[in-house]
Amino acid sequence: MPGDARHRNAQIAWIGLLKDAALAAGVTLILAIPLVGLQAKEVNGGLTINTRFDVMAIAVATVFCLRFLFNLLRALWPARRSGAGWHLPALDRRRLAIVALLAVVFAVALPFLPFSSRYIISLATSVLIYVMLGWGLNVVVGLAGLLDLGYVAFYAVGAYLFALSAQWLHLNFWYALPIGGVLAASCGVLLGFPVLRLRGDYLAIVTLGFGEIIHIVLQNWVPVTGGPVGLAGIPAPTFLGMPFSRTAPPGTTTFYDYFGLDFSPEPRMIFLYYVILVLALITNAFTLRLRKLPIGRAWEALREDEIACRALGINPTTTKLSAFAIGAMLGGFAGCFFATKQNFISPESFTFIESAIVLAIVVLGGMGSQLGVVLAAIVLVTLPEIGRQFASVPIIGQLGELRMLLFGAAMVAIMVWRPRGLIAHREPSLHLHRRERAA
Amino acid sequence: MRDAKPPLLEVQHLTMRFGGLVAIDDLSFRAMPREITAIIGPNGAGKTTVFNCLTGFYRASVGRLHLHRPDGDFYLEQMDGFRIAREAGIARTFQNIRLFAGMTVLENLVVAQHNRLMRASLYTVGGLVGLPGYRRAEDAAVAKARQWLERIDLVKRADEPAGSLPYGAQRRLEIARAMCTEPVLLCLDEPAAGLNARESGELNELLRAIRDEYGIGVLLIEHDMTVVMGISDHVIVLDYGRKIADDTPEAVRADPAVIKAYLGEEESEELPLEVTSDRERKA
Repeated sequence: MPGDARHRNAQIAWIGLLKDAALAAGVTLILAIPLVGLQAKEVNGGLTINTRFDVMAIAVATVFCLRFLFNLLRALWPARRSGAGWHLPALDRRRLAIVALLAVVFAVALPFLPFSSRYIISLATSVLIYVMLGWGLNVVVGLAGLLDLGYVAFYAVGAYLFALSAQWLHLNFWYALPIGGVLAASCGVLLGFPVLRLRGDYLAIVTLGFGEIIHIVLQNWVPVTGGPVGLAGIPAPTFLGMPFSRTAPPGTTTFYDYFGLDFSPEPRMIFLYYVILVLALITNAFTLRLRKLPIGRAWEALREDEIACRALGINPTTTKLSAFAIGAMLGGFAGCFFATKQNFISPESFTFIESAIVLAIVVLGGMGSQLGVVLAAIVLVTLPEIGRQFASVPIIGQLGELRMLLFGAAMVAIMVWRPRGLIAHREPSLHLHRRERAA
Repeated sequence: MRDAKPPLLEVQHLTMRFGGLVAIDDLSFRAMPREITAIIGPNGAGKTTVFNCLTGFYRASVGRLHLHRPDGDFYLEQMDGFRIAREAGIARTFQNIRLFAGMTVLENLVVAQHNRLMRASLYTVGGLVGLPGYRRAEDAAVAKARQWLERIDLVKRADEPAGSLPYGAQRRLEIARAMCTEPVLLCLDEPAAGLNARESGELNELLRAIRDEYGIGVLLIEHDMTVVMGISDHVIVLDYGRKIADDTPEAVRADPAVIKAYLGEEESEELPLEVTSDRERKA
């Protein structure tokens, strides 16, 4: 008898299924006309429009069939729906520690693994920059709950500080790094003061404006920042005072001469990779420690309820400012590193999209989750790269053109299946029962 | 006898205006240490506004809010909200519970000891390097929190998010959190709202214990008359922002002005003419 009931249900839903699939196909059609149906082609220096309605028809038909099949399967096996997507295994403290340890071991070994190449190391360095930025922004957004859309401003301050101090004062990376962090932190406080009263959307808009101000200043203050041309010739960090150059400046030995190596870019890249790895790990240890201190708990309390914080005698002004300053400082460190890694910086590297990506990393990773930030950074930085890789493959090459679409789809997918981020687990900063067991 | 010892809190001529609306009109009262002073009145009488003025969420339009502490006097109308809690030592709870819902029960109680811990951690620097002084302060904070957890019977749930507690437990936790700031005056805004008879009985016990053991003053806004009459030492009745009674619970209960404010006016000759004539016709 239950089989009969299921059969009847499926039959009743038949028209509904068709309607739903037709709706999905209709939406696809609307989207596909500009995206797939029309293609701009350059012919003899002019633009002509190529129509590809055949491809478009295939896309629409595919969506219709897939949507229909998907709904049919759901109607036939309704029990499947209660599964509500996939679950990461519950991460308790021990598992989390093991995963983190494995990740660190992998990161340390990466340059010497068989599949490693210059491309992989360069990609991993980019990922680590975003991981570090994500951990920095996590203090502001994830812990203190202050939505900051202009985080890239602090990244830019760090980068330009190092570029300028190297140019004018011949300052070494290792001296510029702390100065860049402190200067970015001061900028954080400077931005923090006027926006302290604002919350949520209003705060987001003001920080967005701040990011744009920094961008526009960099672009237009030509005598200092070089304007759109940017600043070039930024030195790489030295290894215990030994530069990574072909010929040694007077009074120094190059890294290559000292170790008896031939000149090649690999050692420099691997060194840069380890520098950012160490910086990121320090950032992680620092923010994890802060979370367990009164200031970290006050940030989280502020995120939960500002009014209750005031009633408990917590000064909301200094608490917010400290979150802004520490987030900005970490962004400044990452900026210094970015400048030294690239050798060249221009305002183009510090646009709103960078802020958006870092924010997406924090949100997709799961607000306040350190490991989530790493996962999200890997996904968001490597995904466009994978798309780029496929661009040369003949058949899937078309997909390569749509790599930003792939990127968007991945973000939508994460939000659909894991609306609170990849890792939504919050580890308490204090644990009564665990403490008492330990005592 | 009341005037023999100095009051803990002396409110003089407090007036609070919002534009043209006068929420509190020339209110003066006193709250004594080691006493529970209840503020009652119909909805919209201005009770919560009094609390918001006291705890610095509103700045009073007129008036003096004088807190007498053995170690000094504080004029609350001149202080910022968080300083009133930190320096003057006034803690409060809220009508709609304001716990840190995503944080654990224990964390809620430790956050309340923020200022002491912040000093112990040398404003984070000492905590970062792991000074032993900070460790000791944290242990002491947890021990104090544990003591309160035992008192409100939440030890077992200490590591669960505060938002997952049942309503009555959340009310108790909010009171414990306020007490963890070591106040001299505790302001409770409708602590018995939404509690069943057993829970409000437990609340009475808790408030009496707070008054007797910690020797602090309690200001209480409450609609539940069994709580008010059961535990208050003194009752102040507000109506339309004015004080209409200020006496012991027994005396207030019998006060005709209070009965009038709560139950409405008895029939009088001042009814509108149409109404009276209508009634006469019917009779």
